[in-house]
Amino acid sequence: MGASNAATVLSKRAAAAFVAPAFVLIAVFLIFPALWTLFLGVTDYALTGTQALHPQVVGAANYASALSDPRFLNSLWVTLLYVFGSAVVGQAVLGFILAWAFRAWRGPIRSAVEILVILAWIIPGSVVAFLWIAFLDTKEGTLNGLLGNAAIPWLFSWPLLSIIVVNIWRGTAFSMLLFGGALTTLPPSQLEAARLAGASGWQQIRDIVLPSLRGHIMTNLLLISLWTFNDFAPFLITAGGPNFATDTLPVYIFRNAFRNLQFGYGAAISTIMLLINLVIGLAYLRVLRARD
Amino acid sequence: MRAADPAGALRGERSESALVMLRLVRRVGFYVFIVFVGAFFALPMVWLVLAPFDAHPTLNTALPDFTLGNFGDVLKDPYALTSLGDSILLAVGTMLLVVVLAAPAAYALSRVRLPGRDLLLYLLLLFSSIVTGTAAMVPLFLLIFDLGLTDTHLGVVLVLAGGLVPAGIFILKDFVDSIPTSYEESARLFGASSFQILRDIVLPYARPGLAVIAVWVMVNVWGNFLIPFILLRTPSSQPAAVVIYNFYTEGGQADLRLISTFGLLYSIPVVVMYLFVNRRYGFRFYGGLKG
Repeated sequence: MGASNAATVLSKRAAAAFVAPAFVLIAVFLIFPALWTLFLGVTDYALTGTQALHPQVVGAANYASALSDPRFLNSLWVTLLYVFGSAVVGQAVLGFILAWAFRAWRGPIRSAVEILVILAWIIPGSVVAFLWIAFLDTKEGTLNGLLGNAAIPWLFSWPLLSIIVVNIWRGTAFSMLLFGGALTTLPPSQLEAARLAGASGWQQIRDIVLPSLRGHIMTNLLLISLWTFNDFAPFLITAGGPNFATDTLPVYIFRNAFRNLQFGYGAAISTIMLLINLVIGLAYLRVLRARD
Repeated sequence: MRAADPAGALRGERSESALVMLRLVRRVGFYVFIVFVGAFFALPMVWLVLAPFDAHPTLNTALPDFTLGNFGDVLKDPYALTSLGDSILLAVGTMLLVVVLAAPAAYALSRVRLPGRDLLLYLLLLFSSIVTGTAAMVPLFLLIFDLGLTDTHLGVVLVLAGGLVPAGIFILKDFVDSIPTSYEESARLFGASSFQILRDIVLPYARPGLAVIAVWVMVNVWGNFLIPFILLRTPSSQPAAVVIYNFYTEGGQADLRLISTFGLLYSIPVVVMYLFVNRRYGFRFYGGLKG
């Protein structure tokens, strides 16, 4: 927009001075820690013992022990199920359904549901954890009360399903708002024409809405996948248990680094996590590029 | 699209009443679904609204044995009030740092054409949403330790701001892009410096964007658990997100009166902020989220 006559508006030197402070902060507290993770991952750095004073470079040993640790493979699998179940399927689908239902609906019921969904999103995570611990409690929980004093130990018998449901509750608002905004960009005449031609709601969605919103859908899936992948909330609700059933990668890293004080090993797992995130990000960029 | 398929003809063969029935069933099904979704989102919150006013709260949702005494007891707790103060300090401090750094950067990136600028911004945005979460917790802890900032609010503010600035630039740049450069050109003719132009022309126009960033940063910091949990060791400097967790583990038994009451007090500011933004600017999506 303003780029063509940019030279008359802002000199290169002034621009550099404006950008520099922000990029220094980003370099020190974002780029550098990420690079440091890569380095720490090949050492046996620990907070206690001789390795604390003289950490040795151990090469790929951390990666080898990670890949042979059934707990790590379990964590990886749990994390993938968590991301797929709560973000890709849960939040995205429920968010889209709500956005679609709300697109031309004004009224108190719509506003009430919308506000509830958004409230779930903005209540602090620590409070959300307690809400759900109370809601799912075996003896006194509201859910079991509604089911006629069922006394089902949800967090014990269905731990992974429970935290997946919690994350759907927690994060659907983002998808709903994003898709809601996206739907307003569709020309109404297109849907109107399809409807007059006899297309059902599902046909309109499949043939018109989903193809037109592909960019929004991909952006949404990328962001909610990354956020869920790095989500620390399972730690607050189940602390990874029972018996490692909800031991997602962030919880696994936290336990190894800050409880067992194996910083090198924790950093190696972090590196693996960064790589997986990078693959997700690049795959997404590719799909977006292919669209253009 | 199904412009010319026989669906329309088929539909004509159905009797009028069957069509009405079908519509009714659809309508009812839709409302049942909406009620179910509403209940799903509302029910877990009921406890937060009722338990703080209950003299003997359990994990159960029940009409309270009404009291306001819990609020008095929370205020007596040595860490409850200080932690809310710490949360405010962290939220406002991070917000100021992000706005002060992101606004000039967004302006410069909007007005100067650099090869690969958009890709760079995009990568930084992706990177920040990954790194500040959990992947870099070990080096962030070590970095703050080596800088001598362990147990200081400054350390938490720097780490959080580092993770939020890229998105701040990304969103603000979109606002600045929409401001025509003609004002800046005439100001330049009258001899205004770049800083004056930024301060007196660009920033006033970008005010809605600044407000969005400010609230978004504060809500983010307000709820962040992991970074203060790792970087702050003494309870008197920990924010509400961490202190509420201390209520939970101390003595093994959760103190439900304190937790529910404190949880409500701790949640109200972000809810109020949301309502404010929603009224004033509408809760919409900006910038890169347009897809």
